[in-house]
This record gives sequence, structure tokens and C-alpha cells, in this order.
Amino acid sequence: MTRVLQLKYICPSTLADATSQLNGDYRIVAGCTDFLPALRQGSSVGRLVDITRVHGLSDIRFVDGMWRIGATATWSEILKYPFPEYFDGLKLAAREVGSVQIQNSGTIAGNICNASPAADGVPPLLALDARLEIRNQETARLVTLGDFLTGVRRTVLQPGDLVTAVLVPALSDRHGSSFVKLGSRKYLVISIAMAAAVIGIDRAGLINDARIAVGACSPVAKRMEGLEAGLLGLPAESLATTLKVSTRHMNCLSPIDDVRGPAGYRLHAAAELCRQAVLKAADRVLDGPGHQRLMRAE
Amino acid sequence: MNQLRFTLNGQDVVAPGVRAAERLSESLRERLLQRDVKIGCNAGDCGACTVLLDGKPVCACLTLSFQVSGRHVETSSGLVARNRDAARLARSFHLGGAAQCGICTPGMLVSATAISTNGLERDEDSIQDALGGVLCRCTGYRKILDAVHHARKTGGLPPSSAEWASPGVRMNRIDGERKITGEEVFGDDAAPANALVVKVIRSPHARTSFRFGDLDRFVASHEGIACVLTAEDVPGRNSFGIFPQFVDQPVFAEGEARFVGEAVAAVVGEPDTMWWFDSEEFPVTWHKRQAVTDIEHALMVRAPQLHQTRARNTLCRGKVRTGDADRALAAAAATVSSSFRTSFVEHAYIEPEAGFARVENGRLSVHAGTQSAYLDLDSLSEILAMSTDRIRVVPTAVGGGFGSKLDLSVQPYLALAALRTGKTVRLCYSRSESMRSTTKRHPARISLRVGATRDGQISGLKYNGKFDTGAYSSWGPAVISRVPVHASGPYAVKDYLATSHAVHTHRVPAGAFRGFGVPQSAAALETAIDELANKIGMDPLEFRLRNCLTNGAPTVCGQVFETGVGIKACLQAVREHWTSARNEAASINAARVRRQDSTRRGVGLAAAWYGCGNTALPNPSTYKAGIRSDGTVVLHQGAIDIGQGSDTVITQIFANALAIENADIRLVGADTDETPDAGKTSASRQTYISGNAARLCALALRRQITRALNAGEDACLSIDGNWIEVKDSGDRRRLDLATVSANESGYVFVACETYSPPTTNLDENGQGEPYAQFGYAAQIATVDVDTSLGTVSAVRFVAAHDVGKAINPTLVEGQIHGGIAQGLGMALMEDFVPGVTDNLHDYLIPTIGDMPPVETIIVEEPDAHGPLGAKGLGEHVLIPTAPAILNAIHHACGVRIRQLPATPARIMAAIRNSADDR
Repeated sequence: MTRVLQLKYICPSTLADATSQLNGDYRIVAGCTDFLPALRQGSSVGRLVDITRVHGLSDIRFVDGMWRIGATATWSEILKYPFPEYFDGLKLAAREVGSVQIQNSGTIAGNICNASPAADGVPPLLALDARLEIRNQETARLVTLGDFLTGVRRTVLQPGDLVTAVLVPALSDRHGSSFVKLGSRKYLVISIAMAAAVIGIDRAGLINDARIAVGACSPVAKRMEGLEAGLLGLPAESLATTLKVSTRHMNCLSPIDDVRGPAGYRLHAAAELCRQAVLKAADRVLDGPGHQRLMRAE
Repeated sequence: MNQLRFTLNGQDVVAPGVRAAERLSESLRERLLQRDVKIGCNAGDCGACTVLLDGKPVCACLTLSFQVSGRHVETSSGLVARNRDAARLARSFHLGGAAQCGICTPGMLVSATAISTNGLERDEDSIQDALGGVLCRCTGYRKILDAVHHARKTGGLPPSSAEWASPGVRMNRIDGERKITGEEVFGDDAAPANALVVKVIRSPHARTSFRFGDLDRFVASHEGIACVLTAEDVPGRNSFGIFPQFVDQPVFAEGEARFVGEAVAAVVGEPDTMWWFDSEEFPVTWHKRQAVTDIEHALMVRAPQLHQTRARNTLCRGKVRTGDADRALAAAAATVSSSFRTSFVEHAYIEPEAGFARVENGRLSVHAGTQSAYLDLDSLSEILAMSTDRIRVVPTAVGGGFGSKLDLSVQPYLALAALRTGKTVRLCYSRSESMRSTTKRHPARISLRVGATRDGQISGLKYNGKFDTGAYSSWGPAVISRVPVHASGPYAVKDYLATSHAVHTHRVPAGAFRGFGVPQSAAALETAIDELANKIGMDPLEFRLRNCLTNGAPTVCGQVFETGVGIKACLQAVREHWTSARNEAASINAARVRRQDSTRRGVGLAAAWYGCGNTALPNPSTYKAGIRSDGTVVLHQGAIDIGQGSDTVITQIFANALAIENADIRLVGADTDETPDAGKTSASRQTYISGNAARLCALALRRQITRALNAGEDACLSIDGNWIEVKDSGDRRRLDLATVSANESGYVFVACETYSPPTTNLDENGQGEPYAQFGYAAQIATVDVDTSLGTVSAVRFVAAHDVGKAINPTLVEGQIHGGIAQGLGMALMEDFVPGVTDNLHDYLIPTIGDMPPVETIIVEEPDAHGPLGAKGLGEHVLIPTAPAILNAIHHACGVRIRQLPATPARIMAAIRNSADDR
């Protein structure tokens, strides 16, 4: 071939080294579970900046009222971590990311930055009101996940930016969460639709917090604000009989027809999945602590 | 910088020259020759390349090589050699028949090892989670699951070699161990790392004319590219096909390409050059033209025509007629009409087509996975204009075939490139290239009408099946001749008219796929039979029993079998389960209604039959065997084992007929230089036809020995080193083989025998004897349908199969499990859309979590012609599955799905429509 290919692999060990590499023709890589399948034969990238060995970048910690999940924390690490129970929705999603192999490599920030409409991690993180910490050589900033994702494969990231952590505000222990994914088979499946819910219930048994998000039914996963508002103040115990979710609640979605299912079916399914996710999230609070912990032992 | 150091299977290794974006799978295979790491998709969709990275399973194809720098990587062969849990698992896999073709086995074994070290293999859900990332297309997963589950308990000794001669013994696969460790050599495993690489340039459009740019300049200006091949470089006939009268598929399209993925040229170059080669750089301009993309369009008067000599885009038609279907239908007390549609189904073997070729002393040798060495040889001879004695076809191990590897794929490109360059060349299809360019199951449009009398006797059946055969003929004619013979199902139908029609479209050629059109037909018929039984108020099983074929009853072709008609026995074998499963479903559903659970259980039944071997055509298999002067018995085994286990079964049949105690039987082949033509691995014919050829060969060899020893034909023979001993009514004699002069191949005794099934031509009404034997089946599917989402999960299968005689019950079960898994995929999820679902994440096949337990019931109604009474089985196993599932869905929630696959969206739409109707 006549063309000059300058492909370099760089594996920085500090954050400063990493951000200093983010200029010119570069690509940030970590788990590579989206990068390598999409890599076309013959395509050239100037520099591959592998951030998986940046010291401390995969740590999970609780700091200043926020859970801080390092950008390169893998889905397996998230599954294994003893989070409070309102992270169960995120853990359920972690178990649905591809397969064990993918979960061992794929990272939380990679799943978000890839900005697929069907990213399994996004709806539960939207429901958790997650923010992203973004750094470049000069500054650090926080962006809410809802603002971060701007379209199919599009984010607010600018040249030089690196997502360094996902931050989740702490919630009371009267919060439960859930995640429901619909696909045509059990493992290794891209969603037809999915829903995540975080539900808070006060001591009187009334819903005082409701966050519901739907994925794979719009260019970017969405919070169902109308549905959320309608839940506030409802008694949680009778939810199974009172909760009605219809496709009218789904009018902020804009699903497409594709091989996985037609748009009309997706809307119908999204409504049903929201119903199931809300019920399951509420049940987790009502059942109290001690229900089976969601973890996959190594 | 580009030197990579890490620990591989406990050894420090250095891989030089690694590229920044190189996948670990490639570095392991090409730089470190660690070819137990298999590549199925390069996208994390199949898990075949799973390795342990610091003890955790990852896909090597999704790992940048440099990411393992300084870390520990373990592969299946390393684990089996060094890790006690892995060794135990390997043994359990082997004894449990958990490997069929073996291409996924290393990935399975590595994944299982990762949980076994923690004792998690005791829990079925944990096993499923651990193995959910590895796809298998052969086994139906259940034997893998069991092998992992029982790894710690697996004990005892494998059957001894003395038992080879006893039919019915669960002999371990002859090739089992090397498949489990990953040592098996598949198409791309055989290729030398430094060989030139061939890349095929393919049409991006369904129909397009095209023009090349300056190819000479392209080659001259690209260092490392050796040559470009196009239609002009084909010395012989630029077309291939299965049936001589229909040969039509070009090696390279000329002027116009007729489907997405059709080859127009090939580029041959140095490995490094081709690693960077982007086919977009190839100088070709496309002019997209109006394409015919479905059967309805193809049959319109003004539709574009694919082949000048085939009017109305019609490849061929078939017909079977007996009695007067119209009159019987008019007289019927009840009739059911059905219009049924199916999609393209992809074979989705985990090994993409691959191989290598070279020229030595003026002879060409082509090493690639195939289901038919001699068909490849004959086709190459025509394409290359070379006599067959100058070509050698050496089949590698086949990582799944299911029919598609009966057709040529990589072979002509390898052959042309090797001859042009004089060098060793290799070619491995990418996953999407494999899916775009190789054959599929025919999409069908079936309409039928079936009637019954008030007392439940079938009264008239009319059937028409239109099959989209794609752009080229491939095995379309085989589907067309087979379908009308089988469209009656295993029933006695006196008044019958079945017609079939193969239609060309600008789509990927549809060819052979496990069942040749019969699974599509059975899905249409068996759902209609269910409906008919319901309509006249009869239990669907009793209705089938009332109508099923029996010994002595003529088939719709007028063929009468005096023995071996096993459908009644199959139906009776599942009867008890049928009743209990339906009762259980009723009580489960009642409880679900009470607790407002929207899931419903359903139990469905379907029956099937399938004729083994070619339809009304000669179908010979030839075997050769000899004894060397050192006493070794050599079986020249030309039948290609694609995972189903024919090497093992045929050896069992051979050993049984040879009946020489302590015989050390070695296999040679398949290889066109070494083995006679055993025919294709297709049409469920190897156990029956090649088994018979091997049996005849053993008997002939035995006769030579007994004659030389002056003994009766039934004398007891044994081998001890180079001595053969005979015991003949108390008499003992010995022969020193070393003293007998051997032929030029080193054989003291040698025999070669052929078997072809006794069939006849069919007349214009399809009357005659199309097959010498049929196998029969009845399957029950139990499913749960979530009526709020339309999703189906299979709960259990019960499968009764009449195999005549189960030579090896483990392999019989393996076929049944695997066939059911493919039937499940066809029923619920598989839909190949050309140009859209050409990968394994948009095209879904069942995972381990989708496949429920299977209870297999082996029925043995001995066949008059089969060796030891055995019948073929390979295709029968998936035929009843899809209709059984559709009938179970109907039983669960009252909707009839008449389009495959029954996706959640289709089921939901049907549920909502039926709610609207009420």
C-alpha cells in the first residue's frame, strides 16, 4: 500500500499522561467491545490511547454523598461491588451486557460514550440521575447523563476530553430499582426495548420518588417524565392493580422499525416494560432488606 | 514497541511485529500458532475465541493484543494440560458427547473452567450465565450443560475398544479428544501463516452491472499485491452447480451481479498488505439495476428475468399426485386452509468457510472444509480445465455444515490463486462474507387445504409450495423434488396433489439446509393438521394416530414398506407425556389466571417423516479397507464427518461386520487421493448408505481372510500383532500376515465395495420409489408465552425418533438435541435479510439459555435396508420442532402464527388481533 499508516498504541498509567495524548488523530479505547467489532479492515487511526491501565481509573468509591464509579470499571466489577440496593437495576443491566466475556472487558464509560440507542447501561443510569465527570488537560467538569448523550453515536465530548467517572447521587435506603430488557433470546442480545426504574417509597407507603427510563426506543434513551409524575403520592402496596401504563405515556419516544421489531410493537413493549420495572423496583423496597443480593460470584 | 511480551499457558512468550490495532485472537493464531483459539465472528458474538486473561474469560477477538502485555493468557489446550478442573471438564465433555463439530468446544471449555474453579458448576443457572456467551450450532447445548454439571462426578472408564463391534454401545467419538482440546484442524487452522492471502471483491447490490478500472495499474501500483483474478482468469467453465442440467453460478460474475455478496473479483497479496487492504480501494464501478426481491415480484409478467433460458424466473417444478384431491376435499366433513410463509434461514455454523491451496509437482491441492470432496473435485476440474488426477481435495475438519458446505465457497478462489501465483494461498471468509455469499434455507410461500371425514380420517390434501431459490440453482431442484413427496407428512393420504415451484430472485442462492424444504412444508402441514383435529373435535395426537402410515400402507408415491414404518410407534411413545403435559398446563394456567400472571403454558405436538438419500436418483457410496502386514486394519473413510459423528458410527458398523477380535482399526481420509467417493454428507445418508458400503467392505475383507485361512465365512477371527487366528468349529489356525505379499499400498488383504439404495424413477405423477428408507418422528414442545409481550420460552421437549437401530445412542441424542435447537431458532428468531442481518448479533440463533431440557425416546423399527436395521437421522430431528412450537403457542394463547419466525412482535400482534375479534 502506498499510504502511510501511523498507527500507534499508547498505554498511559496516569491521568495526566492520558489527557496529554488526546490531540491530533487519536482514539480512546478501553474494553474494545465496541471499538474492535466496528473497526473496518484498512481503516487507520493515528493513535490508540488505551486507558485501562490508568492508575485508579477503575476504582469505585463513595465520596461526598456521591457514588463514584471509575470510567474503566468493567460490568463484572460493578456486578461484584457491594453497592446499596438501589443499584440493583444497574446490576441487572450489567448482567445483560452481552455475555460474561463482554462484561469482563466492557467498561461503564465505554458503554455510555459509544452512545448506542440500545446501550444497556444507560436507562438504569438515567434513572439514577447519573452525571459524568469529564476531564481534559486544563479542566474538569460534570455533565448529567441526559445532557451528555445528544444523539445516535453522538455526545458532548470535545477533542481532548476524557470521561473519568460516572457519579451517582446517594439515595435513601427506601429506594428500590429494577431493569427489564426485552430481546428475542436469552444471552448476547440487543434490546428490542428496555426499561429501568428507581422508586422511592416513604414511611407511609406512598411513592415519593419515581425515575423511569426507556432505552432502544429513541435515538437516546429517555426518562418518562409524565409517567414519573403520575406515580408520586400513589400507595405502593396496591400498585400491582392500580398501575396502568399505556402507550400514551410513551409519546416522548420515537422508535424505529428494524429487524428486531416494528415501531408499534416497541411502543407497546416499552409501556409493558415500564410497568414491570416500576412494580419490581417498588417490590424491592416493600420486601425490605435481605432479599436476594444481586451479585455474580467470581 | 511492536514487540509483545506476556505469559501464554504458563510460558513467557514474545510476539514480534504486532500491529497496534491487532486483535489478540490474531496474534495468538498467526504469530504464536496457538490455533486452538478459534475465530467465528470477530465481533464478540460467538465466543469461540474465549481465553482466560488473568483468570477471567474474555473474547480474544475483542482484546487488543497489547492489552495483554505482562499478563497471563490461557487457552483451551493449555488449560487442559495444566489445570485440573479443565482436564476434568475435558474428560466429562468427551464421555458425555458434548462436542460435535468441535469449533465452539474450546470456547465452551475455557468458559466452563472459569466457573469450575469456584465450584459454581453445580448450579444450572450459573452454568448458563457462564456459557451464555458461547454459541454452539450443533449440540443444542444440553450435553454441554450436563458435562459441566457432572464434571466432578464423571467417573468410570470409557467403553473399551473391544466394544467397537457392538452396535448400541455409547462409543466415545473417535475424534472427540482432539476436538475438546482444540487440536482439531479446521479450514483456517491448516493454513500456513506466511501464505498469500486471497480477498474476494463482492457486489454491494442485489442487482448491479459493473465495470473494472485499470486492474494492471492497480496491481502495479500496490506493493505486495500479487494479482487480481476475474472471470477472464477462469481457464475452464466459469460456473458451478450441483445438478449438471442446472449449472449456473459463476465463480466471478460477468457484467452483472445477481445478489448482494456475489463475487466479481479476487485480490491476492502478501499477508501484511492484505491486512491493511480495504476493498473500497478496488477499482470497480457499480451501476445498480432494478432487482427482483421476492417471489411475488419474480412471477409478474414484466419482472426482470434472471436467466434467459428460464422463463418466468422459474428454475423447476415438482408434482406428486394420487387419487382425486378435489373430490375428497369436497366430500370432507371439515377442511382447513392455510397460507404459510417462511424466511431465509442461515446455517450459522460457527466456522466460516476457510482453507488453503498449493501447487506441488504440477498438482493442485485444495484443503478446505467441505461436505463433499468429490463434488468439489469435479467442479474444480471443470472450472480449471484440469483433469481430476491433477487435483487433490483434502477436506479439513468442518466446523459445522448443515448443508451449506455442500456447495463450493472458497475452493475455486484458492485454486485459481494458487495456480496463478504458484504459491501457497489462503482464504478465510469473514462472518459477514460467509453470511452474505453462501446458501440459505429457502423462503417458502405455502398454501394448502386439507380435509377430514367426521370420524377423523384425512380426506384430501392439496399443497402448493413456492420456494425462493435465489439467484442460482444450487440445491433448489433437490428441494423441489423432495417437497411434494414429503408434503403429506407421515400419513396415509389417498387423495393428494402436491406441487412445488422454485423461483429465482436477486437474492442469495438458497440451497441445502437440513431438511431440503421439508421443515417449511411440515410447519405448514402440521399446524393445519392440528387445526383440523380441533375442528372435528378430536385430540391432535389421536387424529395423527388414526391417519399415520403403517407397514403395508402405500405412501402418496404409491410406495409400500412392509417393515420399518415407525411413525405409529413414535406417536405412541409420546402419548403418556402428551396427556400429562396437557393436564399440567391446564392446572398451571388456572393458577396463573388466579394470580393475574399474564404468562400461559401451551403444549404442542408435531410428527414428521424423512426419506434418506437422494430423491429417486442413484446415490452410491464406495468404501475401501485393507489389512497391513503388521495387522493394522485401515478403513478408507470417504464420508465427511461434519460433527454428526459419521466417523464413529461407520467405524462401529464396519467393526461389527468385520468381527475380528482385537482389530486395531485406523481411519484414513477423507481425501480424494486416499478415499473412494463415499458421496456427500447430505440427505441423512451416511449412516444408511456409507454405513452399508462400509459393512459390505468389511464382509468382503472378512471373506478374503476366511478364504485364505480355509475357514467358513462365519468363523471367529482375531488379530494378535501380525498374526490372524481363526477358530472354526473347534479348529484353530494362524496366519502370519508378515509372510503374505502386500500390494503396492502395503495391504495384504484389501476390499472395495459400493452400495446404492434401491430406488426407482418417479413417473409424471410422482409415483414410484423415491427412497429406500424413511425415518419417523414425533415431538412435543412445551412453551410459556408471555401474553403481555408476545415472548415465548421453551420449557421442555419430548422427542421420539425412529432410527431403526441406534448404533450409538449418544450420537443419536446429540443429533436430536441439535436439530431441536435449530428448529427452535427457525420457529422463534431466525430471519436472514440479505444485506441487513449478515452478522451474529442481528441474526440470532439460540443460546444456551434458550434451549430447555429434552427427553429423547429412541424408537427402533428396523429398516429392511439399513446396516443393522439403522436409518438416517440428521435432518429428521428438526422437521417437527417448529410446528410443535407453533401448536404449543396456539394451545397457550389461542393464536395461529403462520409466518416464521414467530417473533414477539408477530405473536403480540396476533394476540391483539384476536382480542379485537372477540
